[in-house]
Amino acid sequence: MTTDTTTASLAVREAASGTARRRITRNDVMMYAAILVFGIVAPIIFPNYTYQIAVLWLMVLFAQTWDLVGGQMGYNSLGNIFFFGAGMYICTVTQIGLFTDVGAYTSSSDGGQFEFSTEQYYIGVAVGLVLAAIGASVLAVMLGWIVFGLRGPYFAIGTLGIALGAGELVGAWEWVGGGGGIPIPVYPGSGDGKAFFYYALCFGTAVATFAFLKWLYSTRFGLAINAIRDDEEKAEAMGIHTLRHKTVAWAISAFFLGIAGGLFGNMTGFIEPLEVAFPVITFGIFMVAMALLGGKGTMWGPVLGAVLFHIIKETTWTYFLGWQWVALGVIIILNIMFFQQGIVGWMQEKWPDLFGIEVDRSLVADTADDRARGRGV
Amino acid sequence: MLDNLNLLALAPLLNIQLLLDGIFIGAIFALAGYGLALVWGVMNVKNLCQGEYVIMGGYFAWYAGTIGIHPILAMPVAVVVMFGFGWVIYRVIISRVVDKDMFTSLLATFGLAIVIQQGLNLAFGPEVQIAQSGLETRSFFDGAVTVSEIRFVSFVICCVLASLIVLFMKNSRMGQAIRATAQDARAARVMGIDTDRVYAFTYALNCAICAAAGVLISMIWVIQPFYGLTHSIRSFVIVTAAGFGNLPGVILAAFGIGVAEQFGGFILGAELQQATVVGILLLVLIWRQALMSRRRQALA
Amino acid sequence: MSNLIEVRGVTKTFGGVVANRDISIDVAPGQITGLIGPNGSGKTTLFNSIVGYHPIDEGSIKFKGKEISKLRVQQIARLGMVRTFQQTRIYGKLSGINNMLISVPHRNASFGDMFRPYGHEHRERAEHLLEFVGLYQKRKLPSGDLSFGQQKLLEFAMALMNEPEILLLDEPTAGINPTLINGLIDRLKRANSEFGITLFVIEHNMRVIMNLAHEIYCLAHGELLASGPPEKIQNDQRVIDAYLGAH
Ligand SMILES: Nc1ncnc2c1ncn2[C@@H]1O[C@H](COP(=O)(O)OP(=O)(O)O)[C@@H](O)[C@H]1O
Ligand SMILES: [Mg+2]
Repeated sequence: MTTDTTTASLAVREAASGTARRRITRNDVMMYAAILVFGIVAPIIFPNYTYQIAVLWLMVLFAQTWDLVGGQMGYNSLGNIFFFGAGMYICTVTQIGLFTDVGAYTSSSDGGQFEFSTEQYYIGVAVGLVLAAIGASVLAVMLGWIVFGLRGPYFAIGTLGIALGAGELVGAWEWVGGGGGIPIPVYPGSGDGKAFFYYALCFGTAVATFAFLKWLYSTRFGLAINAIRDDEEKAEAMGIHTLRHKTVAWAISAFFLGIAGGLFGNMTGFIEPLEVAFPVITFGIFMVAMALLGGKGTMWGPVLGAVLFHIIKETTWTYFLGWQWVALGVIIILNIMFFQQGIVGWMQEKWPDLFGIEVDRSLVADTADDRARGRGV
Repeated sequence: MLDNLNLLALAPLLNIQLLLDGIFIGAIFALAGYGLALVWGVMNVKNLCQGEYVIMGGYFAWYAGTIGIHPILAMPVAVVVMFGFGWVIYRVIISRVVDKDMFTSLLATFGLAIVIQQGLNLAFGPEVQIAQSGLETRSFFDGAVTVSEIRFVSFVICCVLASLIVLFMKNSRMGQAIRATAQDARAARVMGIDTDRVYAFTYALNCAICAAAGVLISMIWVIQPFYGLTHSIRSFVIVTAAGFGNLPGVILAAFGIGVAEQFGGFILGAELQQATVVGILLLVLIWRQALMSRRRQALA
Repeated sequence: MSNLIEVRGVTKTFGGVVANRDISIDVAPGQITGLIGPNGSGKTTLFNSIVGYHPIDEGSIKFKGKEISKLRVQQIARLGMVRTFQQTRIYGKLSGINNMLISVPHRNASFGDMFRPYGHEHRERAEHLLEFVGLYQKRKLPSGDLSFGQQKLLEFAMALMNEPEILLLDEPTAGINPTLINGLIDRLKRANSEFGITLFVIEHNMRVIMNLAHEIYCLAHGELLASGPPEKIQNDQRVIDAYLGAH
C-alpha cells in the first residue's frame, strides 16, 4: 500500500509542473487579494517588524528566482547569490558615482565627506536599481556562455565558484572599497520613513517577480525549460534552442536578484563583499533550501518555503544559543534526505485534484505492481 | 602586479622557491583530490564537504600541539577517528542519498559542510591556527630559497601514504572489491560483493585520507573553520582535470594547482590567492567544455 | 540532389571498434527506407552520425544536397530531420499534451517566439495527432506514467508534431506488444502517405520491415552487406546468413 501511494505520488507530482498553466480561478483571486492586503497592511500592523517583513519579501524573491533555473529548468545553481551581490555593488557605485568620485568616497573610512541631497538620493536609488537589474542580466548572459556547457555537478560547482570568486575579487578591489566595504548614502529622512520606503520597494519587487514568472510559465518558455529539465538531449534532438532558453532564464533570474541586491544594500546601510554582498553559505544556500522546502518546480512552493523558512528562522534563531548555524545545516540535510518533494509537492501527491492534475489510478496501480515485481526479481 | 612579475624575471631563484612550495602543498592536495576521485568514481557522490574533513584532520594536529604532543603524532589518531566518523556519516546520511540524483548528494554534503564549519567554529573559535612542528628551516643559495624541514617531512609522508593506498587498492580484498564496484556496481553485486559495505568503506577511507592531509596542512600551512570550502574546490578541480581512476593524473593536477596557486598568489597578491583557486576552477571547466564541444555532440 | 539523404563513405570508430566502415546510403524523398542488421551491427551509430550526435571519422553526409556532417544536433533538427530514440525519450514529468506542444517545429523560431503562448491551432494539431496514435484519452496524464509502448507512440506523435521532412525511427516496434505492431506499421505507412513524410527506419524485425519499406539496406559488422527492394533482400543469401549467424 505504501508502494502504491509513493508511486502514485511520483506520478502526480510530475504532472504538476503544468500548474502555472491553469486558468485563474476564484480561489486564486481570493488568495492574491489576501496576500496583497497582507503585504500592504503588514507594516502598519507590525511597525516594529517592517524590516523583517521586507527581508521576507526578498526571501520570497530569492526562492522564486532560484526555482526558475533550478526547479523549472533543472539547472541547480549554487551561485545565484552572485547576481545579488553584483546588483548590490552596481547599485551602490551608481548611487555614489552619479554625484561624486567613487574612489575618493570609498577610500575615506566613513564616506561622510560627501552629503547627498534628497533629490540626489532618490535619483541615485532609481538609476542604481535599474542599472543593477540590467547589469546583473548582462553578467548572466556573459557567464551563461561559460557555465551552460556544464552539466550536473559541474554546473553546481562552477556557479558556486563564480560566487566565491566574486567575493574575493571585490574584496581585493580598492576602488569599490575592498574588503572594508562601502557605507551607503544616508536616507534623507527618518528611520521609519526609510523602513517604509524600502518595504514598499521590496514588496513591489517580489510581487512583480511573482507576476512575471507566472506569466512566463504560461508561455512556450515555461514548457521549454521544463523540457530541458526532463530531458535536455531530447529537447536538442527536437530542435529547441536550448542555450537561448537557458541563458534567458538565467538572465531573468539575475534581473530580479540584481534589484534585490540593490535594495538590500540600501536597507543595510553598509555593504562589504563576503558577508553582505556574496554570502554564499547564508543567503546563497537559503534560496536553495527554501525552494526545496516549499517544493521545487512549482509556482507556490518557493513562496511558501520562503515564508515558512524565514518565519521559523526569525522566531527561533535566538533560542539556539549560538548553535543556529549548525541547526540550519542539519535542517538542510534532513530536508534533502526525507522531504525532497517539498510541501507543495507533497500536497500535489495527496490531493492532485486541487492542482488540476489527472491521475489514472488503474494505470498507477499497474506500474506500481510492475515495479514491485521488478524489484523482487 | 607587474612589479611582482618583474621580480620573478629578475630573481630566478624565487621561481624555484614558488615551484617547490607549490609542489610541497600540491602533494597534500593530491591526497584529498584522490579521496574525492574515489567517492565520486566508486559511489557517484560529489562530496562537497571534502575540505571540511581536511580541516577537521588539521584540528587534531593543532589540538595535540596545544597539549604538548607533537602534531604529527596526531595523524594515526586523526586517521582512525575520521575513518569511524566517515563510516557513521555514510550510514546516517550518505547511504540515503547515494542513489538519488546528483544534486541531492551535492546539497546534502553542502549542508554537512555547514554543520562541520559551524561546529568547528563553536569548538575552536574563528582564529587562523598553525600546528607547531618545531622543525627548522633550511636555506639554500645563500638564503634565496628556504625550505622548512617540515615540508620535506610532509612530502615524504604524502608519498608513503599514496604508496600505501595504491598497494591497498591493488592487493587487499576490499581494494579489489572497491575497484570492481567502481567498474560496475550491479555486476559486483551479482558476484557477491556487498556494495553497501564497499560504499561505507570507501567513504570512510576518503575521510581518513582527508584527515591525514589535514594534519599535514595544519603544520605547513594554516587552518581555520571556514577554509574547508576552498579545499573542496581544489579537490573538484583535481578530479575534473584528472578524471577518476587515474592516480598519476591526480598527482599531476594537484602539483599543477599547487604551483599555479603559489605563482598566482605571488603575482596577484596574497589576498587574491583564493580567487586564484576559483579562477583555476573556471579555467579547468572551460577547458573541459571546449574539449566537449569540439565533438559534435553538445552533451556531456 | 534527387535524394533526401546521401551518405557517402562514412566511417565511424569508437576507440578500436569500427562501428561503421565506408557506408554509403541513399534515402529517396517520399519513400520508406529500411535499415536492418543484427544487434551491434552499427545501425544506431549510423543514425547518430546522420543526426549530428557525434563527429564522423571519414566520409560525407548530405541532406537535401547540403553537407551536414559538421552540424550539431539542434541545427540538423531545425533543417527538418527528426529522429526517435531506441531507448524511447519523452519528457516524463509533462503531460502528453504538453509533450506534444513543446514539439512544435522550431525551424524559424525568432527570439520573441519564446514568449508567445501556444495557439489554438497548435492544440488542435496536438490533439489530432494524439488521436492518430490512439493516446487522446490519456493526453492529460503525466507521460512518464504511460506504458512503454504508449511512450513509443507518444514519441512518434511528437516527431510528427515537429513537421519534419524526414523522420528517422530507431526500432519503432522494439518492446511493443506484438498485437499492437500491425497498428503501428499502419500508422507509419499513413504518416508516409498522408503527411508526406519520408521515413528512414531501423528495424530488427524482418517481417515488419519487408512489409513496410520500399528500399532496404542491410548492415553487418559495421559494413554495408546488401541493399535493394524487399524481395531482393529477402532472398539474399548473405543477409540470411548474417541473421542466422547472429542468432
Ligand atoms: N558511444 C559508444 N562508445 C563505444 N562504442 C560504441 C558506442 N556506440 C556504439 N558502440 C559500439 O558500436 C557497435 C555498433 O553499435 P550500435 O550502432 O548501437 O548497433 P545497433 O544499433 O546496430 O544494434 C557496437 O559494437 C557498440 O558496442
Ligand atoms: Mg541500435
